[in-house]
Amino acid sequence: MTAMDDQALKPSKDQIIYANLLLIGMLSGIVIMTITYIIYVTGLLSSHIDMSVIATHWGKNIHEYLEITQSPQGWGWLYLLGKGDFLNYIGFTLLGVLTIICYLVLVRGYFRQKNWIFFIISVLEILVLSLAASGLLGSGGH
Amino acid sequence: MLNIRTLPIGRWLFMLMFFVMSCPALAFATETMVGGAPLKPWWFWPVILFFFCLILGVLAVMAGVGGGVLYVPLVSGFFPFHLDFVRGIGLMVALAGALAAGPGLLRRNLANLRLALPVALIASTFSIVGAMLGLYLSRLNPNLIQTCLGGTIVGIAFLLLFSKNTEKPVVTKQDAIGLALGLQGVYWDDGARESVEWKTHRTLLGMFMFILIGLLAGMFGLGAGWANVPVLNLLMGVPLKVSVATSKFLLSITDTSAAWIYLNRGCVIPLIAVPSIVGLMLGSILGVRILAVAKPKFIRYMVITVLLFAGLKALDKGLGLGILG
Repeated sequence: MTAMDDQALKPSKDQIIYANLLLIGMLSGIVIMTITYIIYVTGLLSSHIDMSVIATHWGKNIHEYLEITQSPQGWGWLYLLGKGDFLNYIGFTLLGVLTIICYLVLVRGYFRQKNWIFFIISVLEILVLSLAASGLLGSGGH
Repeated sequence: MLNIRTLPIGRWLFMLMFFVMSCPALAFATETMVGGAPLKPWWFWPVILFFFCLILGVLAVMAGVGGGVLYVPLVSGFFPFHLDFVRGIGLMVALAGALAAGPGLLRRNLANLRLALPVALIASTFSIVGAMLGLYLSRLNPNLIQTCLGGTIVGIAFLLLFSKNTEKPVVTKQDAIGLALGLQGVYWDDGARESVEWKTHRTLLGMFMFILIGLLAGMFGLGAGWANVPVLNLLMGVPLKVSVATSKFLLSITDTSAAWIYLNRGCVIPLIAVPSIVGLMLGSILGVRILAVAKPKFIRYMVITVLLFAGLKALDKGLGLGILG
């Protein structure tokens, strides 16, 4: 194996940073999800929607379910963080924003390398993911 | 007398699968017999779901498929949850699995960032469109989305059965787009003890395919490893190891955008989402350990059969035939 081959086989510095961020974020997300779920099901914090009400209506479509349970859409859950059920959204959100955070590392790396094609691709990806996360596309519509 | 120690692990898994598959079906039957308000306490289904997902995670690893593609058809077929919730949580399950696998694949340089980034942009954009379209169609006519899901699952089962991936495809000439984007690389093959160089061809066609993959992933909440790998490997000429690893990493990006649409819409109910995600992740960890002593080929055929059955059941439900109950 030549020295050039050896270099090509190694992941780039940005790739390692990306992997490390992903690992820390993913593990934190799982731990947070587990803790908040325990808080929720043990009733340490009261719920916005009673669990037996959820069990009665989880067979209905999302529109009916939201109307019956008066659940928020988009980032409306932030106002209900004191409730056990919506506390779980912290973990979900962490998993959802993780890729966006990791992409910021790539953007910085491609900018430094003056690799404009991949810089633009990474910026566009951040925009697409941010648009999806914003709630502008997925919520509302009643 | 039956000596349980001598039973092969494949048979154990088959029995576990049978047990898990029959549990929700039987419970659901007794519940719907009475009609009206559910007889079971609120914790009954989340507990069953956790164990179901634990086994699903084991089987997914051994069959070489993602969690999402098994989760959506099986949970929508055998549990009392509406398809809107199952699709949303299916994406969260696929996302969590991809995020867990990502660090290792990137560190070993098996997942290729250069290859993943352009196709991820296409797939994630269209998975948003797919998710919105799926939610719209579900509101318009739930049977339509159920039928389309059934057709897709049956198609996936046949794809898994008949597609013959190539370990190291021969690419004689790289196309202009692949060249411009630098879609080539080198990886270390542990088995052959050599470094393997690769490059892509038919890159434009491959990118078009990722439009379709994104749409399907978002619409049905399936993840998309079942489609990513054949496109990367058979169409674009990427070696199988790099295709599988890049596909898994890709899911962490594609599923993020679609998952946000379902999450913002309120389709991710924590009561059933967390047991699903944690169950499947623990199952995957167990699956990797069991993989060393089991016969994955047998498990793979078993999972394909179950997938085929789940797809036909969804078709039956969507078309209102009532043949499969």
